[in-house]
Amino acid sequence: MAARSALLSASKIINPFLVGRPGSTVKVFGTTLTSHRNKTLLTPPPAKYGGRHTVTLIPGDGIGPELLSHVREVFRFSCVPVDFEVVNVNSALETENDINNAITAIRRNGVALKGNIETKHTMPPSVKSGNNLLRTGLDLYANVMHCQSLPGVQTRHKNIDIMIIRENTEGEYSSLEHESVSGVVESLKIITRNNSLRIADYAFKLARERGRRRVTAVHKANIMKLGDGLFLQCCKEVASGYPDITFDSMIVDNTTMQLVSKPQQFDVMVMPNLYGNVVSNVCAGLVGGPGLVPGANYGRDYAVFETATRNTGKSIADKNIANPTAMLLASCLMLDHLKLNGYASLIRNAVLTTMNETRLHTADLGGQGTTSEVVQSVMRVIQSKGQLTAEL
Amino acid sequence: MFFLRPRYSYVYRLQILILLRKLGLSISGKDKIKPQEVAGVVGALKNETTQSRTFIRGIQTVTLIPGDGIGPEISTAVMKIFEAAKAPIRWEERNVTAIRGPGGKWMIPPDAKESMDKNKIGLKGPLKTPIAAGHPSMNLLLRKTFDLYANVRPCVSIEGYKTPYTDVNLVTIRENTEGEYSGIEHVIVDGVVQSIKLITEQASKRIAEYAFEYARNNQRVSVTAVHKANIMRMSDGLFLRKCREAAEKYKDVKFTEMYLDTVCLNMVQDPTQFDVLVMPNLYGDILSDLCAGLIGGLGVTPSGNIGTNGVAIFESVHGTAPDIAGKDLANPTALLLSSVMMLRHMGLHGHAKKIETACYETIRDRKVLTKDLGGNSKCSEFTEAICQRCRDMD
Repeated sequence: MAARSALLSASKIINPFLVGRPGSTVKVFGTTLTSHRNKTLLTPPPAKYGGRHTVTLIPGDGIGPELLSHVREVFRFSCVPVDFEVVNVNSALETENDINNAITAIRRNGVALKGNIETKHTMPPSVKSGNNLLRTGLDLYANVMHCQSLPGVQTRHKNIDIMIIRENTEGEYSSLEHESVSGVVESLKIITRNNSLRIADYAFKLARERGRRRVTAVHKANIMKLGDGLFLQCCKEVASGYPDITFDSMIVDNTTMQLVSKPQQFDVMVMPNLYGNVVSNVCAGLVGGPGLVPGANYGRDYAVFETATRNTGKSIADKNIANPTAMLLASCLMLDHLKLNGYASLIRNAVLTTMNETRLHTADLGGQGTTSEVVQSVMRVIQSKGQLTAEL
Repeated sequence: MFFLRPRYSYVYRLQILILLRKLGLSISGKDKIKPQEVAGVVGALKNETTQSRTFIRGIQTVTLIPGDGIGPEISTAVMKIFEAAKAPIRWEERNVTAIRGPGGKWMIPPDAKESMDKNKIGLKGPLKTPIAAGHPSMNLLLRKTFDLYANVRPCVSIEGYKTPYTDVNLVTIRENTEGEYSGIEHVIVDGVVQSIKLITEQASKRIAEYAFEYARNNQRVSVTAVHKANIMRMSDGLFLRKCREAAEKYKDVKFTEMYLDTVCLNMVQDPTQFDVLVMPNLYGDILSDLCAGLIGGLGVTPSGNIGTNGVAIFESVHGTAPDIAGKDLANPTALLLSSVMMLRHMGLHGHAKKIETACYETIRDRKVLTKDLGGNSKCSEFTEAICQRCRDMD
């Protein structure tokens, strides 16, 4: 009820602004505000109240709550015009009310920043993964992860710069399973032409925008001839429309082998859901670990930002040893998405400068720094830039 | 020499002493035996079944499938090395090009099948995957014919072949018959394809028990089950349950479970934390190739397939490399290490150690290496270097 009246009042405010915009429609009683936008990366939701944006915040479990509170601290300190609407999701419950509330809140605001929601797999199979429900409910079809070697972090491989675009809604994660005979379980992997074309299109558009030269499709079409074969075919079709970008394909087991020996050969990679999981985790490990890489989930109308490897980090929760870099960089991605590029680069530079200091490295990078020390250092660097800040 | 059924403990100890002396190890004095070697020997004794009979004969027959491309050259290399090391193996060469049997079903030639059924142990080179031959891949046929349910790939860092990862020492055990590779796919409507991943209780139980058995026989400390049960609740959940049940029966081996993404993440940062990994088919395919990449690629990785009824086929997993076939440039290391795995499986630990040491030392020396290992010697020169070391060891 509150959500619907909020939507009503919000649309009453927006209506006068959107009337002048060509080709846009507002459904007042519908659950989505749709507008016919270009197929390029979506335009951010309008800043509603006094030029300040409202973003949904889902703390999640494990290290999520503490890292997100640090993000809020940094935002408050840097006077970023973003307000957070906190939606708590209790992963111990068996009903989906919490997730539905979160989905509605994200639909209302358009953008979200979230921690990982734990999935207890001891619960019955009817209780689906909260993260998965969010992704499919909002149709966040593209998961984008940019892995870059950071100068201050020691790794075995240097000069890595890979963009991974992973199909986020279907594939092996369709959660369609049944036990046909006792002792025999079937799990369905669905690949559709529409989704494959959509993700391939997204990949090539992104590659073109960022000036990337090569897109590699990762698949296992020699074994799953129809499923991955369809995915590969869609990629090839889209590739023909982008003659300036080289397209090639690689089988997933060969890809992982090449990644651990020569990761510098990869530029942009596009793949279905499960291989995306494996490859993105391998790449995150190559550049220094789960605490360093941010991830973004884009849909046609919504965007949700989180850490790339989606770890709950239960074992290090509340111990002040988690690495806040990934979450801070994810919040910078969110600021870029909201077109607040000034604040985004301010915070990003502060985080990367802090990363160069080896004595501040947290435990996952082999150091002994604490989370709060890293955050304090980030805020000090921001203050030293001379911009408007609150008290330290 | 032949073994008595160990009824009394002193007889058992006597058998061990005789065996150790035969293998050139002594209990007292300056040659310190590693406990693993003794226990490995004991493990071989415990696993006796068919081996005791062949020990009586003395020489064991093994089916050799040279394969295509560089297959014949590397098989010849392995045979030469075995001769130099005086291993009691007799080779029976067979060809496995598919033929159409009665009823129109594709099958391997009957003489190959007969030979394998008799000998139980096989060594296979790389086989060409046919594109438009109308029949399925040969590897698939072999797997179905002998019900090879477990694929075992030990990955150990090779001193002398530098990779960014040192001290890798793990084993991946992959379920080889079902899972995502069931091959069941349908087009539901135009533009929607469904692929079925099949997990059965029986296959999961079999692979879990094999993994723990392997860990116990090879003195491995822990077994880790790799899964994605948070997403594929029922299928990987079933696999995990069976692994837990098997863990109950083997209390001496530590059991952990880890998500696939966590394993991938940790594997590229610190592979030393893993020991034995057991997993369903697809994850196994990706992870075993990932681990092979850590130690240097498919050209140096051994692999073994274990089937029911004591059948085991050891193979090299690289391709046929048609571009260097017949030019004496191939690297026989993968097939050689697989044959060493085979010797260990048969209980011939002494010869296995001799050949393995010769191979590792030749690579560590870096004087005679094939092109893919960074040298520019021929295959025959590399083989000869290893043979010479084997002869020197006697």
